[in-house]
Amino acid sequence: MKKLHVNVSVNKNEQEFLCNPEDTLLDVLRNDLQLTGTKEGCSTGDCGACSIILDKKLVCSCLVLAAEVDGSEIDTIEGMANGNKLHPLQKKFLEHAALQCGICTPGILVAAKALLEKNLNPTEQEVRYWLAGNLCRCTGYDKIVRAVMDAAFEMRNENGSNYT
Amino acid sequence: MDQITPKPVKQFKVIGTRPLRPDGIEKVTGKAIYGADLSAPNMLFGLMLRINEPHALIESIDISIAEKLPGVKSIITFKDFIKINPDNKYNETLENCIANEKVLYDGHAVAAVAAINLNIAKKALKSINVKFKKLPFVINIEDAMNKNAPLVAKGKKNENIPDGFSDNVVQYCSFGHGNLEQGFNESDKVIKRTFKTPSVHQGYIEPHACLASMSDDGKADLWCCTQGHYNVRSICSNIFKIDNSQLKVTASEIGGGFGGKTTVFIEPIALALSQKSGRPVKIVMSREEVFKATGPTVSSLVDVKIGMKKNGKISAAKAIIRYEGGAFPNETYELGAQSAFAAYDLKFVKTEAYNVLTNRPAQAAYRAPGAPQSIYAVESVIDELCQYFNHDPLYVRILNAADKGTKSSYGPTFEDIGLKATLEAAKVHSHYTTPLKDNQGRGVACGFWFNFGGNTCVSLNINFDGTVGIVEGNPDIGGSRSSISQIAAEELGISLEKVKTIIADTNSLGHNDVTDGSRVTFSVGLATIKAAKAAKKELCKRAAKLWGIDEEAVIWKDGYAYPAGANAGIQDPLSLEDIAKVSSQTGGPIAGHYEVNAEGAGVSFGVHLVDVETDLETGHTKILRYTVFQDAGKAIHPSYVEGQMQGGSVQGIGWALNEEYIYNNEGKLQNPGFLDYRIPVSSDLPMIDPVILEIPNPGHPYGVRGVGETSIVPPLAAINNAVSRATNIRFTELPLSPPRVLKAILNNL
Repeated sequence: MKKLHVNVSVNKNEQEFLCNPEDTLLDVLRNDLQLTGTKEGCSTGDCGACSIILDKKLVCSCLVLAAEVDGSEIDTIEGMANGNKLHPLQKKFLEHAALQCGICTPGILVAAKALLEKNLNPTEQEVRYWLAGNLCRCTGYDKIVRAVMDAAFEMRNENGSNYT
Repeated sequence: MDQITPKPVKQFKVIGTRPLRPDGIEKVTGKAIYGADLSAPNMLFGLMLRINEPHALIESIDISIAEKLPGVKSIITFKDFIKINPDNKYNETLENCIANEKVLYDGHAVAAVAAINLNIAKKALKSINVKFKKLPFVINIEDAMNKNAPLVAKGKKNENIPDGFSDNVVQYCSFGHGNLEQGFNESDKVIKRTFKTPSVHQGYIEPHACLASMSDDGKADLWCCTQGHYNVRSICSNIFKIDNSQLKVTASEIGGGFGGKTTVFIEPIALALSQKSGRPVKIVMSREEVFKATGPTVSSLVDVKIGMKKNGKISAAKAIIRYEGGAFPNETYELGAQSAFAAYDLKFVKTEAYNVLTNRPAQAAYRAPGAPQSIYAVESVIDELCQYFNHDPLYVRILNAADKGTKSSYGPTFEDIGLKATLEAAKVHSHYTTPLKDNQGRGVACGFWFNFGGNTCVSLNINFDGTVGIVEGNPDIGGSRSSISQIAAEELGISLEKVKTIIADTNSLGHNDVTDGSRVTFSVGLATIKAAKAAKKELCKRAAKLWGIDEEAVIWKDGYAYPAGANAGIQDPLSLEDIAKVSSQTGGPIAGHYEVNAEGAGVSFGVHLVDVETDLETGHTKILRYTVFQDAGKAIHPSYVEGQMQGGSVQGIGWALNEEYIYNNEGKLQNPGFLDYRIPVSSDLPMIDPVILEIPNPGHPYGVRGVGETSIVPPLAAINNAVSRATNIRFTELPLSPPRVLKAILNNL
């Protein structure tokens, strides 16, 4: 079977890869591009651990075929910090102890960043509904929601456009 | 997020603060390496063939076509394990990983394949031809206990089983004291009810994953996500009949476990595939495999009978507990029997428990295993009695609460415990007196967990630059590396930044029991304190040498060596760093270590308050407010103590409201995925308000008690009681999902 050639921008770097027609974007990110920060929790789009940004839209990368993304721009958790400077969400997750095991954390951070890019002043309810597609089994979500709200607050006060 | 400290016993500098976790940056940037994230050169991909039948006799497994497929490098069945070691015939842990003569549950594996990629491995699985004969099966407790039930497995029954049951009833125990009849006769009201809880899954987000490399001579390396890599080593070296020293197991970062990663499911399979192929093999489970073939909890059927006097005093209590834990015997039924009435000071009490085999996956530990189910039943009946007498539910619990000196229902006499303080804190909390509206109810329940100690090793190394490395052997499942570093910094009197804690592989440190039973901060913390004391002794010795005085004439205080008194002479104090820097000239590197089978873990109690609103038209219950009161002994890192209280509560909320294993008439699991097995999501919940109490555990130098498990115990009854009060209908079966609650509401009209 002939493999398909795909060009893509990942975290602002031009990349290319060969894939089988049935390979998911998650498979390619993890296995071919060595970006294992994006996690696989279910492969059915139910847990959100594989959340990434594809052409400015939040998606589960386990539900996207790798062959579909030719010419696209992808952002993953590995591109969230600016070099060694953490994004305010990353900083706030640490300050609020918003992670225990940390396996859902990359997906939740990517999803939360997508929220704050649309709405830098979300209510608690808006945060909770936006993150409803990202399962966390450790924390009970309390500290996650607080961390997102606090990051939004900090970004509003420091002119959020710097971060988006 | 209050902290209530009734009796501060010791002033701390680092303990009780909330530093950033040391592994944090790796985890928020995607750099941390979990089970499935590691690959090896020349690695193969392993997959397992599972049979979707609840009970079947395996007649033949034909691998002849599959093994000839290009790219397939090894295939194994149970027979390979018998060839490796004939004793494997009797190994139940292995038999749960891969079926021996019979398929015992829907999803039981019968063969495994390693190939150069997953597509070829999938093709190979399809080419394996398994012939089997379907057998009658049994899924539910009542059916399985019945004399005429299909038998799940022969020869598992203990001798002490009372008559009248099928041989699926394999274990029995009883606890208690006093003349029950007398107690019930003294009661003004006796209520007896039967309760049911479903199997639920631990639901960790990271599926099981491992990478194994084993050569023909039995030397092996294994990487896996586990709560206990020493236990993985023991199990696997037993299966392969190799020495412990020849199998090095390294624990990856772990993506949740909650008890579900305390045993093995894929590790022996990957090792066998690797040995047969001569190449490293990686196996990663799918979510469906996790649901079907790894441990859910026991499901339960519990009778509770409690007698109460008019004044609210419990006069007698009895429980008959029946737990079903799948196709293999387990010990959870005993923990259920022991914990049922642990919260109460009772003169007349008895619990009996039965363990029942069914055609379901083997149960695995899940956070306080066995306690939520039996305590759910007990706390629900107590609430009903409170309603009957119109007593305040916290008043009744305070009146009957176990305290220091209480002979517990399961035998031991309690030392200092925090139950009464926890109940009192709940009573004065604003949550308890906030008015409720129509269709709203407030539920109260207590919870208990034993807490474990166990085998523990810690090595503490002082580097030449004055920094400190701690080597411990318990996978960090919720921030324990931070707690252990804090304890070392506190004990040595140095700043936290100077300390780093790592988790050793099995060849780098002595045996450590599994990360379970809420034992890590207690036991590893205890060993860290002792290791630090040993290091301090050596530091004093080196200071004595530098000063030319006796080592007994040097004391350690707040990070410095001082001469003990005027007789010892006047010297400038030496810091840990000062001594470390010149340690090469005073005798070499300085270290402390400690090995112990830790005792004195100290039991833990919690009380939960919950407000719910039940929609009478849909049966849907919304959690409006949730407050957790728990005795932590001493909170080392309060944020992570709160995290345990919040996380356990929400798992309990899921258990109470939504989660359940659903089997169809053919004995097949109907909901092996997160879409149909619904764990709580963020929009289901309010904030979970934690109140930490600190009643020091006399068995630990800093007063630490385990905090990880108690929080999953109270939510089942607290929510059951809240919904029962909101709807004026007494519920006795979980989950309180909308269809169940709506049916009860309609029947009650």
